[in-house]
Amino acid sequence: MKLVMLWTDMLVWSLVIVLFVWSWVVSRNPQVKKTWHRIFKSNIAMASSVVLLFYLLFTLLDSIHLRLALPLEAQKSEVVAYEVEMVSLLDLIFEHNIQNTERTYSAPFATVEYASSIVVDEHGVTKQVYLPLKYVSTKDDLIQESLFALGVGFAVALLLVFLHILKREKSRFILACKEIIRGESDLPWRTAYGTFILLVVAFTWLYLLSYSYHVLGTDKVGGDVLYQSFKSIRTGVLIGILTTLIMLPVAVILGVSAGLFGGWVDDVIQYLYTTLSSIPGVLLIAAGVLSMQVMMDNNPTWFETTLERSDLRLLFLILILGITSWTGLCRVLRAETLKISQMEFVTAAKAFGVSKLTIIRRHIVPNLMHIILISVVLDFSGLVLAEAVLSYVGVGVDPTMHSWGNMINQARLEMAREPMVWWSLFSAFVFMFILVLAANLFSDRIQRVLDPRNKT
Amino acid sequence: MLAYIIRRILYAIPILIGVNLITFMLFFMVNSPDDMARAQLGAKQVTPELIQSWKEERGYDKPLFVNTQAEGFAQVSDTLFVKESLKLFTFDFGFSDSNRDIGSDIKERMMPSFSIALPTFMIALITNISLALLLVLFRGSMLDTSMMIVAVMIMSVSGLFYIIAGQVLFSKIWHWVPISGYESGWDGVKFIILPVMIGVFAGIGSGVRWYRSIFLEQINQDYVRTARAKGLSELKVLFGHVLRNGMLPILTGVVVIIPSLFMGSLIMESFFGIPGLGSYTIDAINSQDFAIVKAMVFLGSVLYIIGLILTDISYTLFDPRVKLS
Repeated sequence: MKLVMLWTDMLVWSLVIVLFVWSWVVSRNPQVKKTWHRIFKSNIAMASSVVLLFYLLFTLLDSIHLRLALPLEAQKSEVVAYEVEMVSLLDLIFEHNIQNTERTYSAPFATVEYASSIVVDEHGVTKQVYLPLKYVSTKDDLIQESLFALGVGFAVALLLVFLHILKREKSRFILACKEIIRGESDLPWRTAYGTFILLVVAFTWLYLLSYSYHVLGTDKVGGDVLYQSFKSIRTGVLIGILTTLIMLPVAVILGVSAGLFGGWVDDVIQYLYTTLSSIPGVLLIAAGVLSMQVMMDNNPTWFETTLERSDLRLLFLILILGITSWTGLCRVLRAETLKISQMEFVTAAKAFGVSKLTIIRRHIVPNLMHIILISVVLDFSGLVLAEAVLSYVGVGVDPTMHSWGNMINQARLEMAREPMVWWSLFSAFVFMFILVLAANLFSDRIQRVLDPRNKT
Repeated sequence: MLAYIIRRILYAIPILIGVNLITFMLFFMVNSPDDMARAQLGAKQVTPELIQSWKEERGYDKPLFVNTQAEGFAQVSDTLFVKESLKLFTFDFGFSDSNRDIGSDIKERMMPSFSIALPTFMIALITNISLALLLVLFRGSMLDTSMMIVAVMIMSVSGLFYIIAGQVLFSKIWHWVPISGYESGWDGVKFIILPVMIGVFAGIGSGVRWYRSIFLEQINQDYVRTARAKGLSELKVLFGHVLRNGMLPILTGVVVIIPSLFMGSLIMESFFGIPGLGSYTIDAINSQDFAIVKAMVFLGSVLYIIGLILTDISYTLFDPRVKLS
């Protein structure tokens, strides 16, 4: 087994490191810690952040790529040979679903194919039959298996919850449990654990049944829709957070320097963002992606496998989205910096001869934090939704990559079928909806706590 | 007033030159015309002659900025940048890859786009504002909180879902309206009802939240308290004071998009088969027709800048405090 890092993998993991460092820094500042405590002091915030963490977990699982060693008999020499194709940890978890590819469409939990096919039987008679699916259990024990899966899921979830409580409150475990059940704990842990148990139970149910059924059906070439939906999580989350990661430094540096230095610096930066923002967003993205496509077509040496190709394309798409989306935040940050830099404490700092860099670090950036945070969370849900639209327009991620946009795009063509092939659409929309809803609710909460206009 | 408008228009010119430069960089400098030709013709049987003729057909065989072979003024004017980018200022969009005049195509397709976008915009504006006023009237009540939750949910669903669900329900199952198509004049109403309704519904979540927050910001102001103290009814306060003072932030967000309505909506038009500028752009993207995409980028920026100028002018009309300077 050999670990391989794709470009986007590296970005994801560096983001995780940044997040850890940031939360460590935050946890040392009692004031900021208090603000976060206030954010989480709401049922909705707790529940939605558990959902977001769940999605993040799948993203991280899907961001560890391996190249497995070839089986022993295929090894030619002492040097271990590896397979060409990369698999992620998530692929390993869903390995049975990748291999159990059917011939074509089948409905969720179906045992036969969706469309009838014409076969000639042993008597030479042609007839229309629904061919049975290859990888579906013929035992009719759906309910029994479901109950088993639900039980396992519940037990596992409960165990994890208890472990977490034990870790948090080692000395007063029983008391803490009681508090949580009555809903009297400091933070609304009851909601968080409830959401967690719900998610784990739902996942184990889907996962265990996926061994004997195609829980969400199969697509045109017989691929399992459940697996595709889970694979798409990475694409959606990546576009949501990495774009912000790229656009944030640009917006902050340009916005702060425009507001603080004024003069020609301000003029140039204002000109830059007015120009960029006057081009309609989709068109600018389309123009960027089109020229990127030409560039990639002419440089086939940049990537070796299709996975690397689609990864590179995702990276470029994220870059383009980042370039097109920094203008809004930059404008707000410039105005706010202008306001802060005229306040007394900044004037005092200037009079004391504090260097500009220290003023920015000590006085300006901390006062901009709430704007930055709000815009990061707000942009996230917009970007996840935008991915689907961009894939539809034809300037989204690579068509070979799993994404909700591609799933919708492919399923859309089957709308005219009678009866409809609805499950691909349905799964993509539901997976997307849960993520976006959680992000929207969480950003609402952050906005309510952090936005000074809401203080009355 | 006139002097102000003229000055604003002059300000727009450097921005448009910037837009021009960006598109020029994207289409000609990131990839040379040779690369484009190779990608368009397909990698297999490309010969230098084919590339040369492809470039000549489109006039892409000139140098980027400085033509050393020409003399005098032609050194600058006979280049790709002047010929392909700056000429957009005269609204001469040139010809598409399928050899159609882009300018006349755009003129022809503007109206279908507008006939969808304008009703959507008007109906959305009216419903969103009246719903927001209703919620502000009953602020803090069960109605308010539950409607806000519904609004977040509406926001969280992909716009594609509304289109697909709408088409399936109203056209495929109930057969109320045709699934797609377009006709000009009053006969075309049956085609535009569904896209307009879907457009309004998809935007209702974010719209109502936005207007509500604007009105709530006004309602905590002192003048509202004074109005109430005078004994005005809550309805009169709402319509006479809150709505009127809320107009200013609403104008900022609304006027700027009015000119862009001509551009139409990419997804809506292609799903409903409306021959507008949105579907034109999508087709161009799918067939990698750079000339059309370039023209649309420029047109979109021009319309947006017109919107910005209109916003400033409307300020002076609605807010006596704003002086032209």
